[in-house]
Amino acid sequence: MSDSHNNGGKFLVGIFDDDDVVLKAVKEVKEAGVRIHEVYTPFPIHGLDVALGHPRTKLGIAAFMFGLSGTLTALSLTAYTEKFDWPMIVGGKDSYSFPVYIPVIFELTVLFCALGMVGTFIVSNGLGPSVKPLMFDLRTTDNKFAMAIDLSKNGLGEGRIEQILKESGAAEVNVKQF
Amino acid sequence: MASVHAIPSLEQEYEFTGESKRRLLIGIGAGVALVAIGAFLLASGVGEHSHEVVQGQGHSTGHEGEHGYKWTTRLWANLWLNGVYFTGISVIGMFFISYNYLAQAGWSSVFKRIPEAMPAFLPVTAVVILVTFFVAGHDLFHWTHEGLYDPKSEDYDPIIAGKHGFLNTPFYIGRLIFYFVAWYGLWRLLRNFSLREDLEGGTEYYDKSIKFGVVFLVVFAVTSSTSAWDFVMSIDSHWFSTMFGWYTLASWHVAGLAVMTLTVVTLRERGYLQAVNENHLHDLGKFMFAFSIFWTYVWFAQFMLIYYANLPEETIYYRERFSGYGGIYKAPFFITLFLNFVFPFLVLMTRDAKRVTNILKIACWGIIVGHYFDFYTNIMPGTVGEHGGFGPIEFGMILIFACGFMWSMSAQLAKANLYPKNHPMIEEAIHHDI
Repeated sequence: MSDSHNNGGKFLVGIFDDDDVVLKAVKEVKEAGVRIHEVYTPFPIHGLDVALGHPRTKLGIAAFMFGLSGTLTALSLTAYTEKFDWPMIVGGKDSYSFPVYIPVIFELTVLFCALGMVGTFIVSNGLGPSVKPLMFDLRTTDNKFAMAIDLSKNGLGEGRIEQILKESGAAEVNVKQF
Repeated sequence: MASVHAIPSLEQEYEFTGESKRRLLIGIGAGVALVAIGAFLLASGVGEHSHEVVQGQGHSTGHEGEHGYKWTTRLWANLWLNGVYFTGISVIGMFFISYNYLAQAGWSSVFKRIPEAMPAFLPVTAVVILVTFFVAGHDLFHWTHEGLYDPKSEDYDPIIAGKHGFLNTPFYIGRLIFYFVAWYGLWRLLRNFSLREDLEGGTEYYDKSIKFGVVFLVVFAVTSSTSAWDFVMSIDSHWFSTMFGWYTLASWHVAGLAVMTLTVVTLRERGYLQAVNENHLHDLGKFMFAFSIFWTYVWFAQFMLIYYANLPEETIYYRERFSGYGGIYKAPFFITLFLNFVFPFLVLMTRDAKRVTNILKIACWGIIVGHYFDFYTNIMPGTVGEHGGFGPIEFGMILIFACGFMWSMSAQLAKANLYPKNHPMIEEAIHHDI
């Protein structure tokens, strides 16, 4: 998905009617030696990422790092304000009594993680302001499944790829120029 | 990708072999021997402190009653502790089936027979708990002493007298009987539906199971809290916490899930339940991970409010565990926190960990042991106080109960096909993929 906002080019777009068909087609098209740019679906399909050969997502690591930054921020914030900058005794406790700050630490961890992941989502999907995402077929937001193939990255001819797509169950094949 | 998994046959019988029976009997025998050794040591006064340990608080909360301390109290306290812990694990089997029916969950149906076999142990714990209460109620429960409620008596305690409407022996015994009858009865019902579904098929029993599962959940919503007060919180009669019902339920729940997962993994390793794939294990791992954090959340919510408010009548509970009785409960207190939060949190965090059976097993054992110590920390200070410890009696009692529980579960598993083969969701469960 990261290269969906590239510099354009000429694409062949196979339109499929059914999620099972598109999942099967992905395997067949790949076996025929065609590099698939991306598949667009109205809903997540189980096993599609595996079939496309996507590497395991690194979102978990990103989330962990964002969370950790929140934890560290909260730890230093509470330590700095309550221990060094302006020590206060509340409820007869030591000015830095750790259990009291666990909710703050927890909340900031969640907040940083959530905001960071929203940012990650926007960046990795190319959804920034004034960025125009590639839209291969508007119907993929409704009931159709589109398989986009970048012609510049495939050695096979246009006619041959169209034939492969049709054979693997595409209802129609369109050319899309960006 | 459903096509990746080969579909094994759904006809499989679990065999409770003579070899397993022999091993469990040896386990129970070893447990009895350990308890006997421990009891002998206690009765002859070995390892008992000759002088009174100085209490951290410097004042007695009166748990030991007016009769003084008897060494048998530790024996009864251990029976009570294991009775409560295994009651919880057993009833969580029923809880798990019921909420899976209510959610119309498909994935869990493939190993449904495992939670279904767990509540069969309830009659045993019911007998243990009732007998312990009848024999040693006065030693374990301060509130059972009559003088506390008589304004003319020198033992009169206005705080406990104020709880007399709830904490009185007839009502208490009535409640205990109600819990076990209701939990066990509803389980019997669901179990019979499930067995008849195996023979006859159709969706009739599925619909009925949802209905009676909901009845159980309504009953359990109330009784899980009240039983937590009765079983555990009433030991410290002065003290109360509004979080306690949730806290005990969370503890039972995650321990029950760990037992369930451990059983599924073990059966799989022995060649049973091959239709359970790593996706099911992943989901069970997520369950344990999530409910370990839920337990921590409730534990901390209870702790922090008391810590923050700093009211003496509330903080005494943590004082007793943290520094009271010569500090002997400090270790279990922190073992509980480590094994029930830090350990599963770190071990089960990654996706791979939940799909690798060896890591999953380690996490299960951590949780099972950790929640034993959770109940240990909650029950022991109020019952045996400074006479507590961890010796042969504790080990032996765990062994007896664990082997008994495994026996009861294996016997149940052997009674039916290992898969609910006519469950309407079984096909979905076999193709479970996440």
